[in-house]
Amino acid sequence: MVKSKRFAQVNKQCCVACGACIKECQKDAISIINGCYAQINDEICVGCGKCEAVCPAGSIELKARKKRDE
Amino acid sequence: MNKKKHWYDYLWIWSILYFTLGFFNILFAWLGMIDFLVPLLFAIIAGNKNFCNKYCGRGQLFTVLGKKAKCSAFRNTPKWMSSKYFRYGFLIFFLTMFGNMVFQTWLVASGAQSLREVIKLFWTIHLPWGWAYTANTLPDWIAQFSFGFYSLMLTSTLIGLIVMVFFKPRTWCSFCPMGTMTQGICKIKNKNK
Repeated sequence: MVKSKRFAQVNKQCCVACGACIKECQKDAISIINGCYAQINDEICVGCGKCEAVCPAGSIELKARKKRDE
Repeated sequence: MNKKKHWYDYLWIWSILYFTLGFFNILFAWLGMIDFLVPLLFAIIAGNKNFCNKYCGRGQLFTVLGKKAKCSAFRNTPKWMSSKYFRYGFLIFFLTMFGNMVFQTWLVASGAQSLREVIKLFWTIHLPWGWAYTANTLPDWIAQFSFGFYSLMLTSTLIGLIVMVFFKPRTWCSFCPMGTMTQGICKIKNKNK
């Protein structure tokens, strides 16, 4: 399976679990875990960055995939 | 690719309707209690933030205005605004103001104070709002609570709109008192999961 070069990652400590990212994700890769923080399935994430753009708490970052993951 | 729309994706209309109804008849302000109680019920009973995630009309309104109507600058929210200190500090401030509003209602109910037909914006600016209530229709305390609650709802929405313009559409969510409270409840409730 060909994966994107980047993927989104959530900083659980500063996530406010508002769910703004869920509505943006076209791949349904994001879920809110027990109302505490967002979790992104990096297997599904295509690294489009839409969630990062809307995250009000700045808790989502795009990271480069390691080569062996590609 | 567009995501499938659900009925709850249109709850932003409810937010507009709420303020419109309150403009004509302040007693509709009581309906805002739904926005206070439902998120708490979700958090306490189910241990989730489904209200914020799916059903929050205000959050949706900020998305519609900020993103679709392009009213937001999409600048990063300052870190301090979503810090724990500010979030919990704002929650305490907000609950104190809510308590004060309930106290004012009690004063009116006990006859110690007369009904004030005003909307208090940002907890300081008094706006005459007398047209929205016909005196003696109902006990004065019911109307007093309406004026107080509508003031709280309008003030918080205006703060949300201001931060939406300067930062991201849903910047309000990063320090929304209800969001902070429900996330806190969820964290306690799901501590062992």
